[in-house]
Amino acid sequence: MGNDALVSIQGVTFGYDSRDILSDVSLEFTRGKVVAIMGSSGCGKTTLLRLIGGVMTPRAGRILFSGAQVDTGDRAALYALRRRMGMLFQFGALFTDLSVFENVAYPLREHTTLAESMIRDIVLMKLNAVGLRGAAALGIGEISGGMARRVALARAIALDPEIIMYDEPFTGLDPIALGITANLIRRLNDATGATSLIVSHDVHECFQICDYTYLLSGGRVVAHGTPQELQATEDPEVRQFIRGEPDGPVRFDYPAPPIAQDLGVAA
Amino acid sequence: MTLTDFPSAIGRRALVIVAALGHFTAFFIDLLRNTPSGLRRFYLTILQVQAIGNRSLSIIAASGAAVGLVLALQGYNVLSRYGQAESLGVLVALSLVRELGPVLTALLFAGRAGTSLTAEIGLMKAGEQLAAMEMMAVDPRVRVLAPRFVAGIISMPLLGAIFSMVGVMAAYVVGVMMIGVDQGQFWSQMQDGVDVVKDVGNGVVKTVVFGIATTFIALYIGYESKATPEGVALATTQTVVVSSLSVLFLDFILTALMFSKP
Amino acid sequence: MGKKQTETLVGAFVLLGMLAVLFLALKAANLASFSFGATYPLLARFDNVGGLKVGAPVKSAGVAVGRIASISFDNKTFQGLVTMDIERHYAFPTDTSAKILTAGLLGDQYLGLDPGGEDKNLQSGDTIKMAQSAVILENLIGQLLYSKAAESPSKEGTGKK
Repeated sequence: MGNDALVSIQGVTFGYDSRDILSDVSLEFTRGKVVAIMGSSGCGKTTLLRLIGGVMTPRAGRILFSGAQVDTGDRAALYALRRRMGMLFQFGALFTDLSVFENVAYPLREHTTLAESMIRDIVLMKLNAVGLRGAAALGIGEISGGMARRVALARAIALDPEIIMYDEPFTGLDPIALGITANLIRRLNDATGATSLIVSHDVHECFQICDYTYLLSGGRVVAHGTPQELQATEDPEVRQFIRGEPDGPVRFDYPAPPIAQDLGVAA
Repeated sequence: MTLTDFPSAIGRRALVIVAALGHFTAFFIDLLRNTPSGLRRFYLTILQVQAIGNRSLSIIAASGAAVGLVLALQGYNVLSRYGQAESLGVLVALSLVRELGPVLTALLFAGRAGTSLTAEIGLMKAGEQLAAMEMMAVDPRVRVLAPRFVAGIISMPLLGAIFSMVGVMAAYVVGVMMIGVDQGQFWSQMQDGVDVVKDVGNGVVKTVVFGIATTFIALYIGYESKATPEGVALATTQTVVVSSLSVLFLDFILTALMFSKP
Repeated sequence: MGKKQTETLVGAFVLLGMLAVLFLALKAANLASFSFGATYPLLARFDNVGGLKVGAPVKSAGVAVGRIASISFDNKTFQGLVTMDIERHYAFPTDTSAKILTAGLLGDQYLGLDPGGEDKNLQSGDTIKMAQSAVILENLIGQLLYSKAAESPSKEGTGKK
């Protein structure tokens, strides 16, 4: 972890009112690597993506993208940074009033002055990369959820971003779609030289494709390392998460009085 | 709650309302600032005029006709009692052009176009489309909100005029063709009694003001709605309620300003 | 929906709206009889202007020839001073008289001009010499009661208890 970090999160604290979602977290994402951010629901993984994208501002600490601070309050500078980022939302977040083709063409039309024929070529190439070139003319209502995510991915890489962020890309997919998605993430990353950030709690898929992993719990980084390092860990909290054990440091039972008391049986 | 809690609860609520009002105003000013850049892609605005204006045409025209018919019937009922049935034309025209046209059009607009705007924006928010735009360095206020805002301001005066026109024509059909009020008197008294600037002009001004109010309220509520199905449903009902009350309140102020004797 | 189609529909909608405004302005309101022509002012003094309003029509032989421009109180003669704008292509002789009339029985009041026979015409800013005030309903009723009382004093006497 040196100066080849594309994104650097330094001592960031973020929360609403009195509740802190993230407390003094520091992470680094090296160029060209696939990094996974994992943790149970509500641990602040998605919030981290929003902070990197400048959608939210941390209460303390700072976030650097390619050396430039993200949260400066300058909207134009933020937009310039965002053009170098690609984000894949959990359910695609495609524009429902546009076709598949138009969705992928959207960032090209907004930020470039390329001729229509060039845009067409680029869009078809991006769709080809995700295997959906034949679906270009379809409307958003006509494609399945898995296909929608792939279209959203094509849209996210339309401007060849330096970093691609995936918000829960594996949630709710069938085994084939899972395989396709994981495969795509890895291939795209290697082919374009981009950096990929995956927020997920699918340990199995993530470990198959990522180079480095951060594990968040209770607003803090509780573990980080390569998949091999994490699988060999002795930390009970990390073990429970990685192995998917029902009971461990994260209790199975919601706090309650003893069962004998609840059932009225003399204890 | 004890008695002492009451004042502080009211105070807190008042502060919340004041803060909300401030946010509302800031949003409005923001939207106005973004409107010029939003107009650069004029085709987007045209699309919205079609969605908001054209599609409201049938309900506005139908309601205008219905109101005109009823005004003619009721008006004739009362006027004939005093032998003033020939004044039916001016009665209907003034009622429509000054009040019923702008107000009823605005209420119908809020119900039909306003709710569709709120639902659309709310669903875009729930589906993270607005966040996706932001992440693609596209300002949703410029691409999504501004065209709809301008479209609403363009559509309302047109719809209001159509409402009044259809109403007058419907009153003519009932009053002159069916009941038998004198055709010449119908139109001549109307032309004598309705002033272009003071009545028609003020009516148009009202529709513009109502258009700004209803469209903005619909957009604001949609934009600020909770990104859940329940949130969107709640937002659409809020739009109707808030828009309607605002229209009636603004109508009172405008009428007092425009039509009270100096 | 094609781009051309959408634009055509929107254009049709806007056109319809503008036609509606035009209809209201012409058919329903008084735009058609809006005289943008040049006018010249004439003055008249009345003991009582009654319910005459600014903007009320000035008619001669029942035809509108102008509008009331302003009504003010002349503190020297203690009369109402009425200024009217007459359309430039209408000229009235110097012995024209002005009367405040009511449209119908209970309608709005307007100013009627009765032309005289002089050769010379009233010029811009001239005052109409003969002016008959408005009929005040209360005075009329008072007159009626008075004349009734004058007619039959004996009946009045027996009527009282």
